[in-house]
Amino acid sequence: MAAPCVSCGAPLSYRLFLGGRVSFARRHGVWKAAAAELQIGAGSQILRLRHTTGVTTKKNVAALRRETYTVDFIKKQIEEFNIGKRHLANMMGEDPETFTQEDIDRAIAYLFPSGLFEKQARPIMKHPEQIFPKQRAVQWGEDGRPFHFLFYTGKQSYYSLMHETYGKLLDVEKRQNQLQAKGLFSENTKTKDLIGSRWLIKEELEDMLVEKLSDQDYAQFIRLLERLLTVQRDAEEEFVQQFRRSVTIQSKKQLIEPLQYDEQGMAFSTSEGKRKSARAKAVVYEHGSGRIKVNGIDYLLYFPVMQDREQLMFPFHFLDRLGKHDVTCTVAGGGPSSQAGAIRLAMAKALCSFVTEEEVEWMRQAGLLTTDPRVRERKKPGQEGARRKFTWKKR
Amino acid sequence: MGLRPPHCWGGGRGGNDGPGGYMWLGSLGDPGPRGCGDEDSTVPGDGCPRGPSRVLARIRERRRLMGHVSLAHSCFCGVSARFMEPYIFGSRLDQDIIDLEQTAVHLQLALNFTAHVAYRKGIILFVGRNRQFSHLIETMARDCGEYAHTRYFKGGLLTNAPLLLGPNVRLPDLIIFLHTLNNVFEPHVAVRDAAKMQIPTVGIVDTNCNPCLITYPVPGNDDSPPSVRLFCRLFQTTITRAKQKRRQMEALYRLQGQEGPGARGQGPAALPSLAA
Repeated sequence: MAAPCVSCGAPLSYRLFLGGRVSFARRHGVWKAAAAELQIGAGSQILRLRHTTGVTTKKNVAALRRETYTVDFIKKQIEEFNIGKRHLANMMGEDPETFTQEDIDRAIAYLFPSGLFEKQARPIMKHPEQIFPKQRAVQWGEDGRPFHFLFYTGKQSYYSLMHETYGKLLDVEKRQNQLQAKGLFSENTKTKDLIGSRWLIKEELEDMLVEKLSDQDYAQFIRLLERLLTVQRDAEEEFVQQFRRSVTIQSKKQLIEPLQYDEQGMAFSTSEGKRKSARAKAVVYEHGSGRIKVNGIDYLLYFPVMQDREQLMFPFHFLDRLGKHDVTCTVAGGGPSSQAGAIRLAMAKALCSFVTEEEVEWMRQAGLLTTDPRVRERKKPGQEGARRKFTWKKR
Repeated sequence: MGLRPPHCWGGGRGGNDGPGGYMWLGSLGDPGPRGCGDEDSTVPGDGCPRGPSRVLARIRERRRLMGHVSLAHSCFCGVSARFMEPYIFGSRLDQDIIDLEQTAVHLQLALNFTAHVAYRKGIILFVGRNRQFSHLIETMARDCGEYAHTRYFKGGLLTNAPLLLGPNVRLPDLIIFLHTLNNVFEPHVAVRDAAKMQIPTVGIVDTNCNPCLITYPVPGNDDSPPSVRLFCRLFQTTITRAKQKRRQMEALYRLQGQEGPGARGQGPAALPSLAA
């Protein structure tokens, strides 16, 4: 465990112990506090942090490691955050009542400009619920008797969930047996509910239960739920839906831009394209004579190199529509080749609206509608470039 | 040993379960009247919670003699076999049969002790590792208001409790084993750990179990559903009655306290104690 640093006190060290997830954010307890207390000026948060850990005797070292945040402490932090938010709003000259989290972030970025690359290492000021990890309150009453009947297993929420699910499984099986005994068979009508959704992932389940799980535990639980569903597809819907998350199904179909009409009645379609760091927007008109204007400049003057002009020509040449469309495009970023590639992609996408579906499919197969994913690879230390190593010398 | 009258033979009812070798003997005795009037009898007037246990003992014997609990288990040669010999009545067709009269005595002591612990608001932990009965044991524990652990037992749960469970945790005051062995047919770790932490234990020991470290062993079959259900029901009834008794006595004391200090003289005399 890291030695507690003087300014931040022990909370820093055992936050690192608790888990790297909030390790960076933790340091900003000091920043946040500093921002909040700037106007108040009353006894610094820094000192206060040091005092909250309490006296550590040799006996309590193990207890200190797992020191939890008391409910009062969290409440106090929330109060301080709210007061600090109002002070910050005053400082920025805004209305304290309507000061949102985004405003806070902007204000902090303005007041504490940081040159650090790591976003999580920069000063933040967020609600304490997002900073302090969720912890359980004390699990037993005054007489020492735990509240939960599975407390002595160690993982009470997980095992009680398993117990509940197994109970439901037994009920469902019993009902099925009764129905079968009577001769009535239920029909599976609701198979569609499960399409477009996935089971919770382990991290989500851990958040739900506020408890650490192992992979085997998680797998066991999912297996039990699957077993429940095999017995009866629509069993215990609300219960099962708790553990389901929807998944946005990305359609693989090519998105065809709708046609638009300008003042003269000429149909045109717009779309965007990118390549490396170049971003292009192209407007393709239905009837024209093959003129292409890039950033207001004719393509012949903008792209002196033949290769770039060939790139521009390719979509039209592929569809045999070389002299039939007019194009106006804007492009920014990148060098000449990547700009040419970006414009090519934009034009190809825009052409989809003028062309049959079969030809769209041909274009897709030709690679005209795919964004080139290649980007510049970073240079690594100890090497001369991304891949090139320094010259190897035998001696 | 000589021939014993037929009503001492344990008979089995219910489905066949467990690995081969656990045979069910047909019930030899007449079922007899099902509902025992004794169960509904009022709790004896004295404050001692041992009263209900005596009542229960009578019920149990009758029930077991009716053949609700199979007390057969296949012959087992091993260290445990020697320790279980005093409890075994005999064997028939490679099945060891547990002596019911001894079981009755042991069960009486165990339930009495449980009732006392529950009366004095102790924490009772039910432990069992047979997955077939895990759900049943947990439900039973929840209905009593006590605790259960029928899952994988983490190494230092009792011996290293401050680290695993919390700094000032209170350990169980009694551990009841419904299955002394774990899934690999080895003695459950909690038996040894409870002995280390000086926690008294009550355990249902089968013929392949080692009763040495258990404070109140109860020889009995831990594999068949009817017998496990019977034991569960017995423990549940004992604990609920003991708690009821406790609530009654507390209410009585409160009334006496309200009546005045004069009535307090009777208080200590009526206080139940373990030695009584």
